[in-house]
Amino acid sequence: MVELVTEYLEGALAPADRVRFETHIAACAHCSAYLEQMRMTLSVVGHIEPDELDPKVERDLLDAFEDWKAGGA
Amino acid sequence: MPSTPAADDQSLVERAQAGDEEAYAILVRRYSPAMMRLARMYVPTAALAEDVVQETWVAVLRGIERFEGRSSFKTWLFRILVNRAKTRGVREHRSIPFASLGSGGEAGEDGDDGPTVDPERFGRDGGWTSAPRNWEDDPEQALNSKEARRIVLEAIDTLPERQKVVITMRDLDGLSSEEVRNALDLSETNQRVLLHRARAKVRTALEDWIDA
Repeated sequence: MVELVTEYLEGALAPADRVRFETHIAACAHCSAYLEQMRMTLSVVGHIEPDELDPKVERDLLDAFEDWKAGGA
Repeated sequence: MPSTPAADDQSLVERAQAGDEEAYAILVRRYSPAMMRLARMYVPTAALAEDVVQETWVAVLRGIERFEGRSSFKTWLFRILVNRAKTRGVREHRSIPFASLGSGGEAGEDGDDGPTVDPERFGRDGGWTSAPRNWEDDPEQALNSKEARRIVLEAIDTLPERQKVVITMRDLDGLSSEEVRNALDLSETNQRVLLHRARAKVRTALEDWIDA
């Protein structure tokens, strides 16, 4: 079960396998807990924003526009 | 990260290419934080990551690689970024020159094609002997904490490069499976295997932390 969890969450299991997976989950508290842990893990991961742009980096990136324009590309 | 319709991004790109600095600034502010994070996975320093991000924006402005709207703007942008970051990473001897992120064996290449959960946690009949705890009971609080996010980032940081990039694009940047496959030239199976291994390790890290 644990090795199929991503395929399941991705909707990549064949219909028959999906039914078997869900039947097992419904009957097995441990696998059900595992699946739930995975879902909660993804929720944590999904709430991690990238660091804000360093103001200097932002300025450099914006300056690149002027250089590009000046270069007449 | 805001996800806007590709058309909106596309018109911003066209305006920027025509010399509209404001349009360019919107794009830069919208996407550069995620681009920096991704670039940093291929190159050893933040300064090099900045170079890669800047090169990517210049490539976008020059229209060297056309955005045709077949994939999302983000896919196209990240594809340019990843290609440049890989080139730079190889030059800096940081990155293993995997010819493309997609080719090559999908098992074993990252040196860990074993089970994603410790086999000792299962008995002979395949049932759990050391069952996963029910996280719904208490640690909800814990999982919402800054510390939980730190644990996750630390776990991601120790992943092999391909797994790191795939989980970042899929689960942190919110790209779809198809978008990631297109950006990285990965097969469907390969993408899923890398994601599976990465997610399993992040779950284990959280479990170790919660159970500690």
